[in-house]
Amino acid sequence: MAINQSTAPAVTGVRGPEREPVTLDVNGSTFPIELEPRVSLLDALREHLDLTGTKKGCDQGTCGACTVWVDGRRVLSCLTLAMSCEGHQVSTIEGIAQDGELHPMQQAFVDHDAFQCGYCTPGQIMSAIALLREGNATTDADIAEHMSGNICRCQAYPNIHAAIREVRDADDGG
Amino acid sequence: MSPVLGKPVNRVDGPDKVTGTGRYCGEIVLPGLAYGLIVGADVAKGRVVSIDESAARAAGGVYGILTHRNTPKVANAPHLIPSLAGQPAPGESFFPMQDDVVHYWGQPVALVVADSLESAAHAAALLDITYEESPAVATIEDGRKSAYEAETLFGGLMPARDERGDVTAALAAAEVTVDASYRYAANHHNPLETSVTTAQWDGDRLTLWDSTMGVRASQLTVASLLGIPLSDVRVITHFVGGGFGSKAMVWPHVTLAAMAARHVGRPVRLTLTRPQSFTSNGHREEQEQRITLGAGRDGRLTAIRHQKLSITSSFDDWAEPATGVSTQIYGCDNYLGSHSLIKGNTMTPTFTRAPGESLGSFSLETAMDRLAYELGMDPVELRIMNHPPVDNHGNPWSSDGMADCLRRGAELIGWADRDPTPGVRQEGDNLIGTGVAGAGYPVAFMMPVQHARARIFNDGSVVIQTSAQEFGIGVTTSMSQVGADGLGVDMDVLRFEAGDTDLPNTTSAVGSMGATMQSSAVHNAARTLRNELIAHAVADDKSPLHGLSPSSVRVADGRMTSTLDPSISESYADMLQRNRLLDLEALGSWTPPPFTTPHGLLTFGAQFAEVAVDKDLGLVRVRRMAGVFAPGRVLNPKLARSQLLGGMLWGLGQALLEGNQIDRQSGRWALNNLGEYLVPVHADIPDIQVEFVEVEDDVVGPLGVKGVGEVGQVGAAAAIANAVFHATGRRMSELPMTAEVVMNGGGAG
Ligand code: FES
Ligand code: FES
Repeated sequence: MAINQSTAPAVTGVRGPEREPVTLDVNGSTFPIELEPRVSLLDALREHLDLTGTKKGCDQGTCGACTVWVDGRRVLSCLTLAMSCEGHQVSTIEGIAQDGELHPMQQAFVDHDAFQCGYCTPGQIMSAIALLREGNATTDADIAEHMSGNICRCQAYPNIHAAIREVRDADDGG
Repeated sequence: MSPVLGKPVNRVDGPDKVTGTGRYCGEIVLPGLAYGLIVGADVAKGRVVSIDESAARAAGGVYGILTHRNTPKVANAPHLIPSLAGQPAPGESFFPMQDDVVHYWGQPVALVVADSLESAAHAAALLDITYEESPAVATIEDGRKSAYEAETLFGGLMPARDERGDVTAALAAAEVTVDASYRYAANHHNPLETSVTTAQWDGDRLTLWDSTMGVRASQLTVASLLGIPLSDVRVITHFVGGGFGSKAMVWPHVTLAAMAARHVGRPVRLTLTRPQSFTSNGHREEQEQRITLGAGRDGRLTAIRHQKLSITSSFDDWAEPATGVSTQIYGCDNYLGSHSLIKGNTMTPTFTRAPGESLGSFSLETAMDRLAYELGMDPVELRIMNHPPVDNHGNPWSSDGMADCLRRGAELIGWADRDPTPGVRQEGDNLIGTGVAGAGYPVAFMMPVQHARARIFNDGSVVIQTSAQEFGIGVTTSMSQVGADGLGVDMDVLRFEAGDTDLPNTTSAVGSMGATMQSSAVHNAARTLRNELIAHAVADDKSPLHGLSPSSVRVADGRMTSTLDPSISESYADMLQRNRLLDLEALGSWTPPPFTTPHGLLTFGAQFAEVAVDKDLGLVRVRRMAGVFAPGRVLNPKLARSQLLGGMLWGLGQALLEGNQIDRQSGRWALNNLGEYLVPVHADIPDIQVEFVEVEDDVVGPLGVKGVGEVGQVGAAAAIANAVFHATGRRMSELPMTAEVVMNGGGAG
């Protein structure tokens, strides 16, 4: 789930370790901020842009709570340096509902009670929508396998599966 | 029939959770916020000899460093009492950084506060701490010789021994006996949100945003440790990312956050890292159990001896009580339950989902399965036959349902077609088996009086308040339903507000008691307000209801209507407006029955599982689970199902995946992250069914609600182990049942 290097701008010169101007493109908006190079994308979103919908469950790449998309692909934002996202499109849970309307996957999560505490939920939803796009939700076994990077400690898994199946089987496909 | 109670309505806070807008306690924005990071001891026993802060301070961005040299002394020594009791509830009778002594690996020895997460982490890594290390005892193996039988558990709140009849004589006389020993690895809660506290001082007044299962417990504990008035401590908790017991008690980091904020003169957010969550908020202790059953050839139990040995900290006689179910779910005149302890270099263990009874029931329910096979009886029938109408004191159950749960579960899993012979069903490389276990979880009335407030405005809209907190149990939703039902209004006009110690007090939602006590207080508040509104109307000569007896008035949709003539009615709003009342409010309270109420108090259920075991590799896959439960009145079946299903899958994790050991050399946990401490993931999940058996209960509160948080886990691992036996013919005596255990049958035999 690395960032697609082919579209990354060529890195020139040495940056940091002090704060540097960085421009992040998140959910279609441009945010010019200052960041140290050591800041992860997850911390940049949560601590610098106040986009706290993306959750930190481990900061170690093991739980999936921090799942966002970079250029449309699933990425663990805790293992991604914010600076490396310059010139890339970052999408987070805050950008999924449109005009106050829940995305069909969000609505399906609500309808199927596909969460309890809700802490894994943004990551699950970012993965679930991507899963359909990737074509990895054809069978139940596919869903189970390709969602397995997203831990839900409340164990809402059966309901998450039901939500994904519903969106997959709906006409518009989410 | 209530239009809202018992309905599967969606979570009212669902949109906040699926859009990421709900604010958890580590997401509160405060000007000047500083970031705290705990540094844990790198030895399991010894002394801090020196702390060189120079490199850490030079790294930049550091606002302050607390160590035992400058941390304020606590005003009152912490004394462990379960948070359900409604008193200060420190997780251990110990507060760190008061002196240089190290009692367990990971014990906080320093706290770095800096301008960013990165600065704090960097400075923490640069702290140069040296220790004088002494040999530690941190495992049962190393401490076995020093084991002693505990007199009481939970800070003296509970006897550790439970004895009736003459077990020794009854076992000697029994026609059939089963004797089984078990080894259980430690478990860690691992809620997806690690514990976090944000602390802000305003003069002498402290506000904490604390990820807790009980705002009131945090308030009581921090006020006591700091020696400040309760009125100066406000705890706010709107969303909590799971608890499972790790946030049931108040651990040192909460108070340390407040101390740090005072020290640096800024608000401080203190988050436990994932590795720290293995050493900072308790765990389910490593334990061994032995259970001996005596029975007649007819299957009647005549003796049960159930012994537990576990390791605790050096400060507390803590054991999760393992015998609360085995003493009463099956009738037996001769019983002995006991808990032995080893004091060692670990932190105090704590409540972990289905505390005590999940493993206690594993022992009991796998032993019952052995007994069934020993007798050649059906395991379901053996349980039904031994399940009594009264508890171990001869008191009738407040509500039962166990036999119906077993029968319905048997239908769901297809028990009738089962060939009991072990090891004879094969599909490809897999051996197939099914298993059953009974489930029960005690209802514990140890909480003080509970309060809630109901308030109606003169446009008919309603606010219901109590200090409960939402950590996944759906309290916002179910209490909106209870309030709407009690007041006779539509759920849409009602807002349930919680998660704040400034609101009327309810106790920590732990031990599966949350729904019972909160619903009772909210119901009583709503009913009190409804009665006041009706009293106003019938006394008001301008009201069409004037002169009616209050009992002849019913309310629905915010409209009071005569039961004698439905054409006579008026709305709450009209009545309030005409009387120029801007609002009306009522406080409701609920006093729990006494601890010694003359009723048997358990929530019952039954668990069934079907497994496929790879005969060459020993890998177990759970293919189906079916759980049937009788938790009294179900406020919202959608949410209750989710919680029970979550418990059952926790049981799956406990059965197959979850376990940790302390390394005997270093005294530290072998595993400290979610990559190695395995928890169930999407790919582990079987086909799973949850059903309810309806039972009425007029003892446990005005609505008859028993909790569902724990019972879903009880028996789940045992049903899986019994299924593994049915598949392979091998008895499992160790958890988790890793492939090695399955191939070797487990260590303790
Ligand atoms: S926070 Fe990134 S994977 Fe857990
Ligand atoms: S909803 Fe709590 S971790 Fe998934």
